[in-house]
Amino acid sequence: MADTAFGHGRTDGIAQVRAAYLDMVRRRRMYGGILLILFAALMTASFGLAQSRNAGGLVDGLPMVLSFPSEVISEAWENRAEVPALIAEHVPSLVETVNIAAVSTLLGALAAAALALLSTRGLARWPALTPLFRRLMDGMRAIPEIVIALMLIYILGGGPVPAVAAIALHTAGALGKLFSEVAENADLKPVEGLTSVGATWGQRMWLGVVPQVAPNWLSYALMRFEINVRASAILGFVGSGGIGYNLKIAMQWGQGRYDEVVAIFLLLFVTIVVIDRLSDHARTRLVKGSFA
Amino acid sequence: MTDALTMPLGDRAAPVLASFARRRLMSFAVPVVILAYLLYAAISFDLLGLAQRARMDNAAILMSDFWRHKTHVTRDNRTGDLAVAVEGEVKGAYPKGRLPDFVTVANGVTTIDLGQGHSVVYDAAGARYHHPDAGTIAIRPDGNRLVLTGPEPRPDWINATGTRVSITTEAGRLAYTRSKVETFRYSPGWPLFFFTPDSPFAFMSWPELGAAALLGERLDPRTPNIAAMARDFWTNPMWRHGDVAWAMFETVLMAFLGTMGAAIIALPLAFVAASNMNPVGPLRFALRRVFDFIRGVDGLIWTIVLARAFGPGPMTGALAILLTDTGSFGKLFSEALENIDEKQVEGVRSTGAGAMQRARFGVIPQVTPVLLSQVLYYLESNTRSATVIGAIVGGGIGLLLTQAIQTQKDWEDVAYYMVLIVLTVIAMDSLSGWLRRKLIKGG
Repeated sequence: MADTAFGHGRTDGIAQVRAAYLDMVRRRRMYGGILLILFAALMTASFGLAQSRNAGGLVDGLPMVLSFPSEVISEAWENRAEVPALIAEHVPSLVETVNIAAVSTLLGALAAAALALLSTRGLARWPALTPLFRRLMDGMRAIPEIVIALMLIYILGGGPVPAVAAIALHTAGALGKLFSEVAENADLKPVEGLTSVGATWGQRMWLGVVPQVAPNWLSYALMRFEINVRASAILGFVGSGGIGYNLKIAMQWGQGRYDEVVAIFLLLFVTIVVIDRLSDHARTRLVKGSFA
Repeated sequence: MTDALTMPLGDRAAPVLASFARRRLMSFAVPVVILAYLLYAAISFDLLGLAQRARMDNAAILMSDFWRHKTHVTRDNRTGDLAVAVEGEVKGAYPKGRLPDFVTVANGVTTIDLGQGHSVVYDAAGARYHHPDAGTIAIRPDGNRLVLTGPEPRPDWINATGTRVSITTEAGRLAYTRSKVETFRYSPGWPLFFFTPDSPFAFMSWPELGAAALLGERLDPRTPNIAAMARDFWTNPMWRHGDVAWAMFETVLMAFLGTMGAAIIALPLAFVAASNMNPVGPLRFALRRVFDFIRGVDGLIWTIVLARAFGPGPMTGALAILLTDTGSFGKLFSEALENIDEKQVEGVRSTGAGAMQRARFGVIPQVTPVLLSQVLYYLESNTRSATVIGAIVGGGIGLLLTQAIQTQKDWEDVAYYMVLIVLTVIAMDSLSGWLRRKLIKGG
């Protein structure tokens, strides 16, 4: 055996190493096993709790999962001739939903860019204030959109503006964090070069940092846009404008309007898939492709 | 590049100059396009009309309710009974024989100090409002009519008809009708946050509470004071701390069950959908389209469909999160699996390991950090979405929040829930960050 070539002392050493290694593996496995058992116990307990606090149990509801969609689809199938017209009827609200998402992403991203630059080490305008801007972003991220939207609806009445404000606020917080992580990795040499020729802070950022980070920032903003289209549909359902609101009305009407429900479902589904695809494609190009 | 070097200088410069020109054009065009789009959006969202429709008085109510409350001091003019209640609610009523500091009763005369030099006096003749600048405004009933004596010309904060007088100032509000006279006094803070007046601890100061908790005699012979305090706080009828805590817990429960369930379901599916794990192309393709479909249908629609089948509650919310995230996790996990280093798998294969063992010892250790960090990130963001999903399915803090907002008067409750949600989200954020660091570095 190869061991004998190194003599007895070495063999002892190797045996020790092996024993220590196996010991470590055993210990690790034990820890892993304990964690797994804990996790399984936690899952079971929370499952039971959720089950007991729900109106209908999991087992009772399971056979009914398909009954509502099949009811909806069968009714829509009977009136299938009207569905294309209904789809056309709801396109304006879909445009509104997408507009809400686009405007709020745009405003949120602009605010996020400013917040990110102000809170990045090495770039900040007022280095002492970076923690303040960071906490500000944390707070904006933590408040759920629905809270802001519902309060603004009370003040402004229904419509797209409360949704835009709510989503933009959240977007600014969420993108600000990501933007600032990108900006932290930016090369500082262009900034120093600009400083040496007497550029102001705004010029340093605009000419020295933004060109470096723009592809990544744009990619994150596009990803956020995808998320915001969904959020804007949901906020519509809870009480703002757009296609979510139409869906809610059609759902409340119930039987007799299911063809409308299907039309809205289809419209929303196709839009989300198309936007996801487009943004996926654009993001791959931005990060990996021609601009870099 | 070599071609460019052999070209004459002018030819070489041309494409560079063209690209400069294009960039310069872009740097002007992009802001113009953004501005034009925002302008279009402002018009299509009817921003101008909105400015007129905005209810700034509602905004004022909302902001003031967030941080202060009002106490109603009411006298029944027929019987002469005096009632003091926070927000005019039964559960906030002061017990007989106990009055707040700003109300004094002596010889049938009630004096209410509104602060800032304002005060109101109820007596047998009627009521008087003392204004520090405008002087005294007196109201007395005369047969079926109310007679008002006060500053002339009458300021716009006094509104008087023959049967009803109301005086609204920055300090408070007095309303006089023939049947009753009512004064609202504003005080900062959330009212009766710890105990309502029906609890024996309601009117104790902090040191008194501490003393009662530790060494005082039992106010209720059946339970120790400290347990009674906890009970009275937990069941506070005004703030319903117990119910709110449960609702918040339900929301976190939804997020936890949904995210973890989705991860458990998505992991084996991801192995089937990854091109380097599963050689059967059509199966891969089908599964990927299923993931795309689940993600495309979107949480909103899944939530609606599931709410119909399972009724309101946390299980429905958890299932909605589970379904949506199975799609996302399936995609993310299978991408992570496709990006692994094949060398480790080959090493394990060379020892004669089967497919399961290769997956367990060659693949899982590589992808665990990536997967864990994604799962934890989703757990954190789902805590926030569970609020919205709760509002739709009718469970958790989302339900309480929408109810409180729809009643349009309990804004202090809304503020309380908001603070709780934000604290919970921040706590989940730090918890998931801490776990991520612990598990990924340690593992």
